[in-house]
Amino acid sequence: MTSSAMPPVSPVPEPQAAAAAAPATGPVGTLLTERPPVAATSGPMIAIDGVSKWYGDFQVLTNCTTSVTKGEVVVVCGPSGSGKSTLIKCVNALEPFQKGQITVDGTQIANKKTNLPKLRSRVGMVFQHFELFPHLSITDNLSLAQRKVLGRSKDEAQAKGLALLERVGLKAHAHKFPGQLSGGQQQRVAIARALAMNPIVMLFDEPTSALDPEMVGEVLDVMVELAREGMTMMVVTHEMGFARKVANRVIFMDKGEIVEDAQKEEFFGSPRSERAQTFLSRILQH
Amino acid sequence: MNYNWNWGIFFEQSPEGTGSYADMLLSGLVWTIVTALCAWVIAFAVGSVIGVLRTLPSRAAQAIGNAYVELFRNIPLLVQMFLWYFVLPEMLPESWGTWLKQLPNAPFYTAVVCLGFFTASRVAEQVRAGIQALPRGQRMAGTALGLTTAQTYRYVLLPNAYRIILPPLTSEFLNNLKNTSVALTIGLLELTARARAMQEFSFQVFEAFTAATIIYIVINLLVVAVAGLIERRVAVPGR
Repeated sequence: MTSSAMPPVSPVPEPQAAAAAAPATGPVGTLLTERPPVAATSGPMIAIDGVSKWYGDFQVLTNCTTSVTKGEVVVVCGPSGSGKSTLIKCVNALEPFQKGQITVDGTQIANKKTNLPKLRSRVGMVFQHFELFPHLSITDNLSLAQRKVLGRSKDEAQAKGLALLERVGLKAHAHKFPGQLSGGQQQRVAIARALAMNPIVMLFDEPTSALDPEMVGEVLDVMVELAREGMTMMVVTHEMGFARKVANRVIFMDKGEIVEDAQKEEFFGSPRSERAQTFLSRILQH
Repeated sequence: MNYNWNWGIFFEQSPEGTGSYADMLLSGLVWTIVTALCAWVIAFAVGSVIGVLRTLPSRAAQAIGNAYVELFRNIPLLVQMFLWYFVLPEMLPESWGTWLKQLPNAPFYTAVVCLGFFTASRVAEQVRAGIQALPRGQRMAGTALGLTTAQTYRYVLLPNAYRIILPPLTSEFLNNLKNTSVALTIGLLELTARARAMQEFSFQVFEAFTAATIIYIVINLLVVAVAGLIERRVAVPGR
């Protein structure tokens, strides 16, 4: 999968065992009930280093390098087809890449010895089309991976799921099925489903792009709250209002390359590249 | 047409001495149903595995699945019956072959295995189509939550795929039931074989095959009704 240039396997410390072992239920005052404490001196949560990816002869990612530190909110934007969704899917190895490396919390994801299911269970992911499991009730959608991956008991998983449903304002819908909810509600459930795994980082792949305009706000509200609570987030989105509000950094991609990687103020104030300037002027016109 | 109708024939003693002609047909029906059910167990289990193999990322798994399907669906069922019943025992070491040939109810076991493997190739195609009809994101969502590939199939993909393919799967079950009649060629005394025997003993060809026809239709309509019940039972709310 990766090039032969990958360095030899170094013993990686068992990542965040304490977080996984933390009690599943706790005070429900916040979305993140038992987030592991942020260690200020540790390395980046996500390190993307020289990643390239091809579909056959077509190169979709070219030498992408960036990182996300703990507690940081990074927004990835760019025109459609620029590779931003592909890049974020590489982070939890949903998409393979041919060159470079990605490290999540010290674990190299392209290393054949990495236990990918275990790593992925600690990386929350929210998809454009929600991808709730249509044959399961909302409660079961929230419980499934908690029970099958984390080994939590049925009661424990349901309590955790209900607490999170309450936080996203959907407790009354717990018994329903995904097909009975609106798009915005489904996406909020999807966020709760990811949070139920006590993730150390959350990835959002265009979470509001498939929503009717009047439902975008309710999903963004949940994401803003999450960001304010200190969740590490990588968000692919066109919602520049969200970026302005909570992002620390903005990454601009075009044609598979990271063209600009800047602090929020810098990006919106004076983007260096012409392509980012053009993109911003188009997207902020209205 | 100079034909001597006799609808009372069903209640006359059959020359086999084990009851009336009606009893004869009923015993054939029992063999038909038992053969169909046993074959379906094999078809459903093997077909599901082969269907899943064809959707796995592994090229080798896909190749095995493809080879199975193309082998078993491209040889006529009748030829497969003959291969299993007449050819296979000769290909095995002699003692095994003799054991097979002397097995009591050998036509039944052969018919179950042959029909099961044949129908499995058709079930596999349905299962593959059902899995591939699901949005790609479903597999990704399961994977992203940390489920293994096996868990993603077990808890996410298959429950949805089976729901989608329930109607075509019903058709396959009906085919499977009707195909049991092919087993008369290897000596299974199922419904069609019994109807033929009745015709030969009594010369009442119309009565014998009218009865067989009606019995097949009634049984199959029952299957359709049950499938409808199952379909309503597993329907997902809000869809």
